[in-house]
Parts: sequence; structure tokens; C-alpha cells
Amino acid sequence: MPLKKRAPQLIIHSVFILFGLSCVIPLISVLSISFSSEVDIIQNGYRLIPHLFDFKAYAYVLYRPIQLLNAFKISILVSVIGTLLSVLFMAGISYALSRQDYRFKNGLSFFVFFTMLFNGGLVPSYILISNYLHLKNTLWVLILPYLAVPWFILLLRSFMQKIPHDIIESCMIDGANEFRIFYQIILPLAKPGLATIALFTMLQYWNDWWLSLLYIEEEHLVPLQYMLYRMMNNISFLTSSTNMMPPGMKNMTLPSESARMAMAILAAGPMLAVFPFFQKYFVRGLTVGAIKG
Amino acid sequence: MYKTEKSVKRPFLAPSRHAKKNLQLTLLALPAILLILVFAYVPMGGVFIAFKNVNYTDGILRSPWVGFTNFKFFFTSSDAWMVIRNTLSYNIVFIAVGTFLSVVFAILLNEIVSRRWLKTYQTVFFFPYFFSWIIVAYMAYSFIGPYGILTSWISQLGMESFDFYSETWIWPIMLTFINIWKGLGYVSIIFYAGIIGIPQEYFEAAQMDGASKLQAIRHVTIPLIMPLITIMTLLSIGKIFYSDFGLFFFVPREVGQLFPVTQVIDTYVYRMLKVSGDIGMSSAVGLFQSVMGFIVVLLSNYVVRKIDDDNKLF
Repeated sequence: MPLKKRAPQLIIHSVFILFGLSCVIPLISVLSISFSSEVDIIQNGYRLIPHLFDFKAYAYVLYRPIQLLNAFKISILVSVIGTLLSVLFMAGISYALSRQDYRFKNGLSFFVFFTMLFNGGLVPSYILISNYLHLKNTLWVLILPYLAVPWFILLLRSFMQKIPHDIIESCMIDGANEFRIFYQIILPLAKPGLATIALFTMLQYWNDWWLSLLYIEEEHLVPLQYMLYRMMNNISFLTSSTNMMPPGMKNMTLPSESARMAMAILAAGPMLAVFPFFQKYFVRGLTVGAIKG
Repeated sequence: MYKTEKSVKRPFLAPSRHAKKNLQLTLLALPAILLILVFAYVPMGGVFIAFKNVNYTDGILRSPWVGFTNFKFFFTSSDAWMVIRNTLSYNIVFIAVGTFLSVVFAILLNEIVSRRWLKTYQTVFFFPYFFSWIIVAYMAYSFIGPYGILTSWISQLGMESFDFYSETWIWPIMLTFINIWKGLGYVSIIFYAGIIGIPQEYFEAAQMDGASKLQAIRHVTIPLIMPLITIMTLLSIGKIFYSDFGLFFFVPREVGQLFPVTQVIDTYVYRMLKVSGDIGMSSAVGLFQSVMGFIVVLLSNYVVRKIDDDNKLF
């Protein structure tokens, strides 16, 4: 029953517009710095709108973008393989858990749920992964640890519980085995739930820096987020690798301040442009998780 | 969250088909079971490392047992109080301020008349949720770095050059602001979903009884979303010994001078392991965190069970 008087509406809108600006301005400031000239930055500091538009930072980081392209390749590979496998595996266990007539339902639910309450901590997993599984400096170390996320499994289970049991029952009477029911009935019916989980998983893989911070030391396996982290303190990571100054910029100052922000835009931009379109799926996941669980 | 549903009528199946069905369902679940076993349960078995003096010549399994020595080292150091204090006090502030503002935002969102504005606000408020902490660190740097926009404003106001990355007093405020800013959009949407789930009749009845808008919020909206607020708060309290690593690690740019106000248990465990290479200390602090976290979750669930059984987590 919304309030119809003007004054309160105005107050609410101004609060929201202010907060909305605070959500957008940081992105604009990074964007604008990436289009500023180094000289201007050093003299006048960053500005919200560049004094003069300058594309040198992009010319510089895109001149020999081997490092950037490689980081993109790693991030895309990890996100795609990770999301596909993760959704498939989590759908499997969630389906079993959603079945009232599955014998190990309660035991298995506890098995999944308990890992949300207690964990062994960083050191045992670190030693396990690096000394026993020998996954350090492999692509798999960026994928495997996030494949089965208990929270997502429980979310997906509550999505699947909404599928009427009668459908499954009639398939069973028709003689279909569980694999067939899973692939031909459950997966298509659970599509909206799967899409939500897939987007959450993809965002998690794409934005992850934790696994690479712990387990990646080799240059060719550095994903985008980790590359940005390494550049944060040290732009020379860019210069020391295969990048060089493009011809015609040889005698100029290195556009390190703006180049760093240009990298951030190039690295984060594509996903930031895509994800807001799928916002409704994220909202669905959040609300299902909180209200039903 | 973890509730057993009332039993559903089982299809009539011969016992052998039941066994086959259970086997097939287990096979479908198997990849995830194995992954959880390896990446969650095996490390739980590794907590014994905290009671060893790990050295590389003996290897992990053969290193000598030292009892609680690693824990003693931690708790007698000045770091212990600092990291525990930081972790708990940041979390308490985040929970209090974050929950309050999210509920306020949800209530206000519900008052917006225009659908178009409502959609726009929701989309825009959700933005920070998609940024990784590294991107947030870049954004923060663009405001408070040496050439930052805020830094320039302050120096234009005639103050001496102000270095955000060396002033400890400002970081508790900044970290709280940034954390709330990042989460407000999506947490308020959870509460908003709760509010729009309230049947309209309640509001109509309140209006007929002559309740003002504020009275309706106070006596209808808030009591009816209280269960949701309780659950969300409890979930956060259950994680009170854990922090958002990215916020405390990347945003202050690992400046050592700021550690007294930015070091939390998670960053401490990481730095002990990766920077100092002190496996014993790192695993002891990690185990302390896990055990405390476990106790807090059980306790908070117990409290809810006492107050209102319907809202318990498990």
C-alpha cells in the first residue's frame, strides 16, 4: 500500500538516487581514469570526467596484450568448464536429495549440511591440495574445489522439491530408470533453478581470486582477477612480461596509473556488462535461499 | 533450512526395484559426494596438524606432537587479542548496521509508487554485488589513492596532503561503509521479497482501523518480516568468527601499518601460512576459528529453538 503523498515520495527518491549514484560513480571514476593522460593525473590527480580524453593507456595495454589475452583464456576456461561440471554434479546430488523415497536422503543431507557448520580450515586443505593431490599450478585447482558447494546444493534441492512427485512416479511405473528420469524429466523441468545456480556458479568462478592466490605461481595460469591483484601494487608485472611500449610512445612516460585502470576495465567490463541482465535469476536464488531453504 | 518434510506416499515397487532405484540415485549423487569427501571431509581429518610442530625434514605425518604449544604461542602473542577483537567487532557492526539499513531500504522500496523507478533502483543497487573485491579495491583506490578524487578534494580544502593508506583511524569507518555498500542491494532485496509476500489484507485492516503509514510499518510490516530478520541475523552471527577475506586483504592494499585495524582471523591465517610459513601457528588459529564458529552456530540455533521453533536452522 504505497504512500501517495508527494513529500515522502520525494524524500525516498532522493535517498535512493544518492545511493544509486554511489553504486555507479566508482565505475565511472575507474573508466574516466583509464581515459586520462598520465601527465594530467600527476598534475591534477584523478577526475570524475577526464580533462582531455586520452587513449594512450589502452594503446599501451593492448599493444601486445598476450598477458591479458592469456588471463582471459584462463578465466573463460575455468568459468565454462567449472559451471558445466558443477551444475551437472550438483543437479545429480540435489535430485537424489529431493526424492522423499530415497533411502539415504537424511544421511546424505546431513553429509552435505555438516560441511556448512564445520570445516578443517585453510592449512589442512592447502597441504592436501598441494602436497597430496599435487594440484598446485594446474588448471584443475581453479575448478575442483568449487564444484560442489553445499549452499547451492541445498538451494537446488528446494527448487527440485517443487517438481510434483506424481510425474516421477508415473515415469517409474512406465519403467524408466533413474538416469532417464533425471536427464529427460528432471533437468528440463528444473531449468529455471539450474539457470539460477549456473549464474551464481559462473559469477563465483569469474570473480575468484582465492584459489589462484593460494595455488598459482606460474605465469601462464594466472586468471584475470589474480592478474589485477598483481598489477595493483606493481604495474611492472605488465611491462616485465611480453608487453612493450608501442612505437611512437617510446619516449613518453609510462602511463602506469591510467593503464592499471584500463586493465581493470578490460578485465571486469565484459562480465559487468552481462550480469545485470540476469539479475532476476540472482534475485530468485537469493529469495528462495532465504525464505524457503 | 534442514528440515525433514512429511513423508510422501511411496510408489508401489518391488523390494528389488527399491534397491535398484536407491543405487541409481546414489550413482547420480556420487561425483558430488566424492568432491565433498575430498575437499571438505579429508581436511577435517587434517586438524591434527595444529597439534604438531611441522617441519619439512620429518614430513607432516612424522613431525613431533607438541600438544597445545601452537595455541599457547598464539594466545600469548599480542596478535591474538587484536585479530579476535577486529573480527568480532567488525562483524557485530556489519550485522547491526547492515541489517538495519537493509530493512529500511526494503520498507522504502515497498513505498515506491512507480514500477519503472522500482526496477531501476533494484538493478542499480545490485551492481556492487557483481564486483569482485579486487575491482572494489581499484575503485576505492581511485578515490583515496595518492591521486584519488577524495584525496584531491581534501587537499583543495587546504589541508595537508592526507594519506588514507597510513591513517588507521579512518579504516574502521571505510571498511564498514564499503562492506555495507556492497551488500545493501541484495540483502534489501531479500527483505523486500519478504515484505511483498505479506497479504494485502493486513494493511487494509490496519488502514481501516485508522493506522497511519508509520504505525502500519511498525505494527504490521516489521512483526511480519521479523522471522526473516531473525534467520538472516542468525546466519550472520553463525559466521561471526569468519570475515570477508577480500575486503580486509585487497581494499587496504596489504599496508602493514594498517594491520592493527585491518588484520582479521582469516587474513592472519593466510599470512601466517603464505608469508611467514608458520604452519603450526596458522593451523592452530584456523582450528580455533572452526571450533568457535561451530559452537556459535549451534548456540544461535539453540537460542532460536527456544524462542521460536519454526525459525530454527536445523
